[in-house]
Amino acid sequence: MNLGTLMQYTFAGIKIGSIYAMVALGFNIIYNTTGIINFAQGEFVMLGGMFMVSLSKVMPLGVAFPIAVLAVVVIGCIFERGAIWPAKGASVITLIMITIGGSFLLKGVAMLVWGKSSFPLRSFSSEKPLRVLGARIEPQMLWIVGVLVVVMVLLSLFFRFTLTGKAMRACAANRAAASLCGVSVDRMVLLSFALAAGIGAVAGIVITPVTLIDYNRGAMYALKGFAAAVLGGLGIPTGAVVGGLVIGLMECFGAALPFRDASSYKDAIALLVLLVFLCAKPSGILGRAAISELKKF
Amino acid sequence: MKKVLIGLTAFVVVSMVVLAGCKKKEEAEIGPPPPVPYKVGAVLDVTGKAAWLGEPEKKTVEMVVRQVNAAGGINGHPLMVIVEDNASEEATAVIAMKKLVDSDKVCAVIGPSQSGTTLAVVPIAMEKKVPLISCAAAARIVQPAAEKFWVFKVPQMDSDCVRRIYDYMKEKGWTKAALITVTDGFGSAGREQLKTIAKEYKIEIAADETYLPTDTDMTVQLTKIKNTEAQALISWSIAPGQSTVIRNARQLGLTIPLFQSHGFGNIKYVQAAGEAADGVLFPAGKLLSVEDVPDADPQKKVLVQYKKDYESEYKEPVSTFGGHGYDALNLVIDALKAVGPNRAKIRDYIENRKGFIGTAGVFNFSPTDHCGLDKTAFVMYTVKGQKFTLLK
Repeated sequence: MNLGTLMQYTFAGIKIGSIYAMVALGFNIIYNTTGIINFAQGEFVMLGGMFMVSLSKVMPLGVAFPIAVLAVVVIGCIFERGAIWPAKGASVITLIMITIGGSFLLKGVAMLVWGKSSFPLRSFSSEKPLRVLGARIEPQMLWIVGVLVVVMVLLSLFFRFTLTGKAMRACAANRAAASLCGVSVDRMVLLSFALAAGIGAVAGIVITPVTLIDYNRGAMYALKGFAAAVLGGLGIPTGAVVGGLVIGLMECFGAALPFRDASSYKDAIALLVLLVFLCAKPSGILGRAAISELKKF
Repeated sequence: MKKVLIGLTAFVVVSMVVLAGCKKKEEAEIGPPPPVPYKVGAVLDVTGKAAWLGEPEKKTVEMVVRQVNAAGGINGHPLMVIVEDNASEEATAVIAMKKLVDSDKVCAVIGPSQSGTTLAVVPIAMEKKVPLISCAAAARIVQPAAEKFWVFKVPQMDSDCVRRIYDYMKEKGWTKAALITVTDGFGSAGREQLKTIAKEYKIEIAADETYLPTDTDMTVQLTKIKNTEAQALISWSIAPGQSTVIRNARQLGLTIPLFQSHGFGNIKYVQAAGEAADGVLFPAGKLLSVEDVPDADPQKKVLVQYKKDYESEYKEPVSTFGGHGYDALNLVIDALKAVGPNRAKIRDYIENRKGFIGTAGVFNFSPTDHCGLDKTAFVMYTVKGQKFTLLK
């Protein structure tokens, strides 16, 4: 295998891995603030892509992008207020089941509104491929990776330097203590859903020019994103990125294996590696065993 | 108190039902009975991954029903087509087929749109002895003829499509082909045909890659293909993924000619692939280039009529798939006119029909040939400026 081919597979892995990373980031934000896994995360990704497709037909991409993200953020907030907040006393498992129900609802509504077809979206910049290290990549991939980097940087600035960000971290560390310090835990939970919805929407928007979008896409992204979050260490933001990229790369290299039908088994290969790894180190790549024992889930 | 309330409600409901029933009886006794409608069933993949096949088929069927009934029906009987959407899924197709055959008691069923969903309902057609006229392409739908007594299909054979592609390759002197096929019914049937027929033409299969209908990126498979000595790439699918294959191939800088199957015959696949679709080659029926069909061609009148009707009614370009719906329903209407709504008679009539002019070609059925078309029903197309153009 020459360098060009190797780099081609690597870039393909990074491309899809970045999306899993963003989905995993969304999982981590909600998990950190509330302790629950939000299985509707995949639908946020799907809705971002769908809104962008519809909006881009009537306005330029640059205007449609923030409006689409805003639309999904609003939906995320409605979801939190409508389904999660009224059940705030319930157990973690109950809340997780509520999010699963919510994901079905969002998927069903999307199907009714947009139908079952697949929708294309034009690339943000040109479609002319670029040559990098012997491989050819489409410019949209630069957008995907670029957006991931920007999201990561903004998130870490937010959590480290703003008061709200610190308040959210306080909630994650100890809800009761944060509440005693004057942090409104309810508002932090709402904000976490809004953030997760926004990041999910952004991920959905940047990947749609590459993969098309349809109402059913959310489940696959949720599953892979969750696997990425767990692989990297649940609750650790850099873990989300590491986990996402690792799963993306494993999928692509799995499909590249020289046996017949390797491409049909690529999902199985990636998830098998995940299972084996977690048997050995359940706290994930960047997780530490002591900390993960403190977490409820 | 509660029990009294429930009892009262039940009494009111029951009496309303009885009164309604009585009212109906009174109305039905006046005047001569209206002519019994001829009931035909249609199981189509209107939503889901084959929506770009099933939706034009459904629209076409509805348009034909309106036209036939406006002209007085079939020998005075109104035509009723009951359309069921199987959402591109095999299990739903089976349920829909059973409903049409058992409860609606249709005299024939047209569809489904995909090879996979068709193969799922073929056993029901055989068991219940109902003529099934499929809008799907795989040869194995009607072969071996002995096992497919009740099953017909109106699109050209996938095996003939393969032959047409290989004929073209031979003309150009290309002997090495790379395959990339989707793992559904149509894709896997096409793949088998491609591999078997390659031996006839002495074409070497340099790569045999597959992808799932749900896959969103085929860069890895295409990279493997790029590293082989293939002189042509043949992509076989009806799923929207075939547009992604084209985009990925262009992005990777694959310069070898790219062939598609006749599952590409809806302009929406071109739109989804964008500029990358320019230059793609594929065989399809004459419906995509009606203006270029010579007036002397026996199909010309039917093609012009269908294109005019469909495009003025629905304001969207015709696709070969809508054409298959047109051919299937017209075949059944033709049979109904001749022999009436009897399942066995319809089957026999279609099996012996010769010279039936449709959008896909001129059909000549026989007991050993339930497809009726050969490779001459195809012409080669390419895509130029996001439009289907006849290859000259």
